[in-house]
Amino acid sequence: MRFAVVRFPGSCDDRDALLACSRFGEAHFVDHRESDLAGFDCVVIPGGFSYGDYLRAGALAGLSPVMGAVRRFAAAGGPVLGICNGFQVLCEAGLLPGALLPNCGLRFVCREVEVEVASAATPFTRCTEPGTRLRIPVKHQSGRYWAPPDVLDTLERTGRVVFRYAPGHNPNGSERNIAGVVSAEGNVVGLMPHPEHAVDALLGSADGAVLFECVARAEVAA
Amino acid sequence: MVETGGGAVKARVLIRPKQGLLDPQGQAIERALPALGFDSVRDVRVGRLVELETDRPERLQELCERLLCNTLIEEFEIVEVEP
Repeated sequence: MRFAVVRFPGSCDDRDALLACSRFGEAHFVDHRESDLAGFDCVVIPGGFSYGDYLRAGALAGLSPVMGAVRRFAAAGGPVLGICNGFQVLCEAGLLPGALLPNCGLRFVCREVEVEVASAATPFTRCTEPGTRLRIPVKHQSGRYWAPPDVLDTLERTGRVVFRYAPGHNPNGSERNIAGVVSAEGNVVGLMPHPEHAVDALLGSADGAVLFECVARAEVAA
Repeated sequence: MVETGGGAVKARVLIRPKQGLLDPQGQAIERALPALGFDSVRDVRVGRLVELETDRPERLQELCERLLCNTLIEEFEIVEVEP
């Protein structure tokens, strides 16, 4: 499997994402000025502060050339994973529903949380079971998932909530403890916690590796 | 709101969090005010002000909808347009 890890000015988790991907396939950085993702099997939009998070987190990155290519890649059914700022970028670009608002407590939160897999029907959770708990870190200032109530109802009814903070672990006031969602087509996933920071016991947890493993395994099976 | 045609205009765009959306920044300010003796202030909400100059004022609305404002969570108002 060939992973593309998109780099914007201000991306800062790109190297960890590359490392996580390279455990399960071949991984390459793709610059934000690129407009072609031919030859890649999976696209990861990593965390950070793209374009300084100016205007709104993820807003400016959503307009960069590479996002046109990500749109086409996603429209063709390719698996896309947005982590933290990457999730914000996907929401701002309209590839995922909802928005990430400033944390309830206004603080930057940086700690390990427990997250439950709510749907195993995505390329990144397919080799897990619903209810599987993952210990992975969060680190963000604007991670409060919000969408209008009718959109939240639809997401829940159609199994599009992919990750939820375990009871007592919601770090930011996200609606219905939502930590990650998937697109209607089922191939674009975004989440606020950082699986790429938890791929080795040396880092405190290796639970995050499963997301990268699932998508790599899905390709082998396909 | 915006006169079309002819020359540059200066515009101010006010962007606010939508009514009903929790605004923790506004809350933090509201909670800090009593310490200064301002104990009669309520409903503080914090938004953003963008000033700009444009030769195509007829496109301001679109510009706000497509970039300056995320209409899912914010509302905007083009409040002042000077010739």
